[in-house]
Amino acid sequence: MTDAIEVRGLRKTFGEVVAVDDVSFSAATGRTVGLLGGNGAGKTTIISMLLGLLTPTAGNVRVLDHDLATDRYAVLPRMNFSSPYVDLPHRLTVEQNLLVYAELYGEPAPRERVRELAEHLQFAELLGRATGKLSAGQKTRVSLAKALINRPEVLLLDEPTASLDPDTGDWVRRYLEDYRDRTGVSILLASHNMGEVERLCDDVLMLRRGRVVDRGAPAELLARYGRQTLEDVFLDIARERRSGDRLEAVQ
Amino acid sequence: MTGASPDASLPFRRPQVGPLASARRVGAMVRRYWYLIRGSWPRVAELAYWPTIQMILWGLISQFFTAHSHWLADAAGVLIAGVLLWDILFRGQIGFSICFLEEMWSRNLGHLFVSPLRPWELLAALMTMSVIRTTIGAGIAATIAILLYSFSLFDLGLPLVAFFVALMLMGWGMGMVIVAMVLRYGLGAESLAWVALFAFAPISCVYYPVSTLPDAVQWLAWSTPSAYVFEGMRAVMVDHVFRWDLLAGALALDAVYMAIGAAVFAWAFAAARRDGGLLQTGE
Repeated sequence: MTDAIEVRGLRKTFGEVVAVDDVSFSAATGRTVGLLGGNGAGKTTIISMLLGLLTPTAGNVRVLDHDLATDRYAVLPRMNFSSPYVDLPHRLTVEQNLLVYAELYGEPAPRERVRELAEHLQFAELLGRATGKLSAGQKTRVSLAKALINRPEVLLLDEPTASLDPDTGDWVRRYLEDYRDRTGVSILLASHNMGEVERLCDDVLMLRRGRVVDRGAPAELLARYGRQTLEDVFLDIARERRSGDRLEAVQ
Repeated sequence: MTGASPDASLPFRRPQVGPLASARRVGAMVRRYWYLIRGSWPRVAELAYWPTIQMILWGLISQFFTAHSHWLADAAGVLIAGVLLWDILFRGQIGFSICFLEEMWSRNLGHLFVSPLRPWELLAALMTMSVIRTTIGAGIAATIAILLYSFSLFDLGLPLVAFFVALMLMGWGMGMVIVAMVLRYGLGAESLAWVALFAFAPISCVYYPVSTLPDAVQWLAWSTPSAYVFEGMRAVMVDHVFRWDLLAGALALDAVYMAIGAAVFAWAFAAARRDGGLLQTGE
């Protein structure tokens, strides 16, 4: 199995602040890798560097076998992302916004593609509505449609269910599971939601202060820390409680 | 739960490349800005409001002075033409800058720059929109000038096209610098879009010849493409000759302005990618 994403020695500093420090990982094609960490752990910074929105201070990122530093535009059409922290223009209707992105990604039949996604993500009745007038749940579905508009091979999701009620959050997670299983898309998921990570991810990177402090499949992490849930593992790491010498050794 | 995925028929589609794909992305961005204008009558009204008010005001001033000045009487409409051409420059610059500010206001840059859209394609879309916005705004004002003062800017003929091109190029050069400042320093710098050009008004010599300026600052006027255009306009309207040398001077300086604008934009874009400016687009 080839790697869809390969990150080596990634580092990002803002002045004196080290946001990401020597992060290395890979995500095999068709797998879902989770970035788990508290606020300021470096999740969004890592995703931004993988998208090319942010240039690394050091390190190397390869996506779909292209070096992002030198060959960004060869790979951008084959990936996409969704984040509640980046908006779509509020005054445009949902359909107008999605049509613009369908054209930007060179979709051969933009209008059909938008209708198809709207029906599948169950917001066809919202197509004529201004994007700024949507609820958080509706915005998430539209943002997901934008992220899928080009049938990406690599999908980067930054807290895709943040601020959603449990029902809508569950709906989104089921959709992503279904989509991944059907298409074989590779997903990098940054989240605070332990249940989400546990359910969707094959591998998890535990981040703290920009560093990877542990990694493994959810079941491995639970066993390693002797915990019942990833939330407990997360709290152990966030509060620097050690499970044996594990954290110390990783650091 | 969802039904069958519409993407079950993958393998993944290979992206389009080449000039046609590039033109399509530029078209997509123009469409995005057009949606904004089309969906809001205040935006359309705003395009024509200021040039129309300016033109009416200067039309009345012009009528008054025509009765008291041989020079103006011999060159009827030279003030109105100055107003309309200055507005082309202003609309060209602000049409470019405002469209970019729309992306900042809507916090959409993050989505745009993870799409295949190249920065130069965005700039091309901004230029296209500035032509559209200027044509709407100045076109309405020029039409009202015909109705109110029987002055047609279009009587300038082909030189008008040359003046239009030279002024738009200068507007884009300045627009790129302003957009770069906003990208670099955030929306706190957005007012530059409205005020920066007015620093050029005195030395552009819109309503008076460059020779009116003190000798010590005339070189400043000759370092702006706009001064060449307005001198050229007076040559056509007063002396009834088209000065190719002035057009050449304007276009040569336009090339310099565009090169500086592109370089400053490239610097600001690289800095934004280094510092996270494409994500944090607020003040």
